[in-house]
Amino acid sequence: MANYDVLNGNRAAAVAALLCRPDVIAAYPITPQTPVVEYLMQFAADGLLTSALCEVESELSAMSVLTGATLAGARSFTATSSQGLALMYEPYFRASTLRLPIVMAIVNREMISPQSVWGGQQDALTLRDAGWLQLYVEDNQEILDTIIQAFRLAEHPEVLLPVNICYDGFYLSHMAERVAIPSQEEVDTFLGVRQPSPVVLDTRHPIAVDPLTTGEYVMEYRHKQVQATRKALQVVQELNSSFAQSFGRDYGGCSESYRMEDAEYALVTIGSMTGAAREAVDLQRQLGQKVGLVKVRLLRPFPVQEVSQALAYLQGYAVIDRSVSFGRDSGILFQEVAAAMYTLGKYVPAQSYIGGLGGEDITVPMLQQVLAEIAAKPPEPTARWLQQEVD
Amino acid sequence: MIKEVRLHGRGGMGTVKAAEVLVYAAVKDGKFGNSIPFFGFERQGAPVTAFLRLSDNPIRPKTKVYTPEIVLVMDATIMHGVDVCEGIHGEALLVLNSPADNLPQLPEAVKQLVTVDATAIALELLGRPLVNTAMLGAFVRATGLVSLAETAAKAAELWGEKNAVCVRRGYDEAMIQKVAL
Repeated sequence: MANYDVLNGNRAAAVAALLCRPDVIAAYPITPQTPVVEYLMQFAADGLLTSALCEVESELSAMSVLTGATLAGARSFTATSSQGLALMYEPYFRASTLRLPIVMAIVNREMISPQSVWGGQQDALTLRDAGWLQLYVEDNQEILDTIIQAFRLAEHPEVLLPVNICYDGFYLSHMAERVAIPSQEEVDTFLGVRQPSPVVLDTRHPIAVDPLTTGEYVMEYRHKQVQATRKALQVVQELNSSFAQSFGRDYGGCSESYRMEDAEYALVTIGSMTGAAREAVDLQRQLGQKVGLVKVRLLRPFPVQEVSQALAYLQGYAVIDRSVSFGRDSGILFQEVAAAMYTLGKYVPAQSYIGGLGGEDITVPMLQQVLAEIAAKPPEPTARWLQQEVD
Repeated sequence: MIKEVRLHGRGGMGTVKAAEVLVYAAVKDGKFGNSIPFFGFERQGAPVTAFLRLSDNPIRPKTKVYTPEIVLVMDATIMHGVDVCEGIHGEALLVLNSPADNLPQLPEAVKQLVTVDATAIALELLGRPLVNTAMLGAFVRATGLVSLAETAAKAAELWGEKNAVCVRRGYDEAMIQKVAL
């Protein structure tokens, strides 16, 4: 019998981290991630969390501390948002190229300027080519469940890469809803015994990590990382199945199709907008429109085959982005999906939509409108912008 | 059916927490709920809005509430600056903190009105105008959407037994007012 509680997204993330028993946590508070750090500190004060907590003076230090800790064999966790992530950029890249299995929640927030503390996925999506694995989730249960899966993904001997679990600021981070909390025993069983990393710092056997390296070896490094990243596609799918068997919750793995069987048009979504999109699909179906949706869960590596197969037989689709790709006149996810569709060797009409920036909402009526519009109008080369109806 | 609710208050009144307490009560009752705060600019006294959904089934939308059937207002003076009843429809119930003999001008869309003098209850029991728990009691009485016992229990857990008494007093003293249609 699962233990149900009401958790906001930040608490779901903190509880998940607690259940995974990280050896080291280093985090610096930033809105809207701050409560994650506060909850973890409270768990430690209450004697529940035994991790070494490192109070750092910046996000740059947080990621640097975890770099050292993970090299020494520690399981490590952190969380950040927006400008905090930007400040981490240098060790962020190093964590992936050094193949360090760090798990980091990103509470998606708009990038400044102008100053904003509210939602938007620009922060994490901009870093899609920095070598981390990135998963985007839809609700608070999925935050908790995906963080648990993320430790096994990161530490998988054929993957050994850092993982981001990305969830929308405020719409999930501060949204309270029912969450099933697994027991410590269940999580321990699921995570199993961790295999030690192939390279562990040990003062008795000194080694040099990251000496100056010539291009010949850099090529090898990158090639191996690309292979490990590709392997993650399969591991995400396996972990999803294994998690579903243990806990009864199945997220579809790398992506999830909803009512796509006979769909003629579809939405492609990422993150918390997916719930509203499911409603919109159901409502349009009631009106007689054959529509569905594909939720992208794994952005890196991108599930090219899975997503392109899901969209292959449509008359058209819309990709809804909470981000902007400056200079490409579209959202970032749109490019990923469009590039994946190129592999099919046929054209399926596609339209980019941008909305939900700086905390703006992406509502059910907006998404119904999108579904009606892509059936009625041919696509345009530039993004359409979602806006609240102003009366 | 999902019931959509919007709560209006001022920073420091516990508006966001009140919405969360109702989600807790619903979940304890075996139902579902979600609540999302919209802070705008976080400072004491500034208008605060919380969006609440309650249902017998899982709730998929993680969005703000635009067309509530129920609106709860912690402080009637907020109605001077905020259109609290924007989008209200269906049963169009307003749960308002107000003395019964001094009701403010109501927006036309309101079809049902339940009032309680939550400020008086809070001042008497808590010595400070922390009105959210008495308003929770009035909400439970007006809607029946969650149980009084679970609402009071959560208030006691979060803020002590006196606040559970506030919930019960709000429940007992809530008054159904006639609305001129």
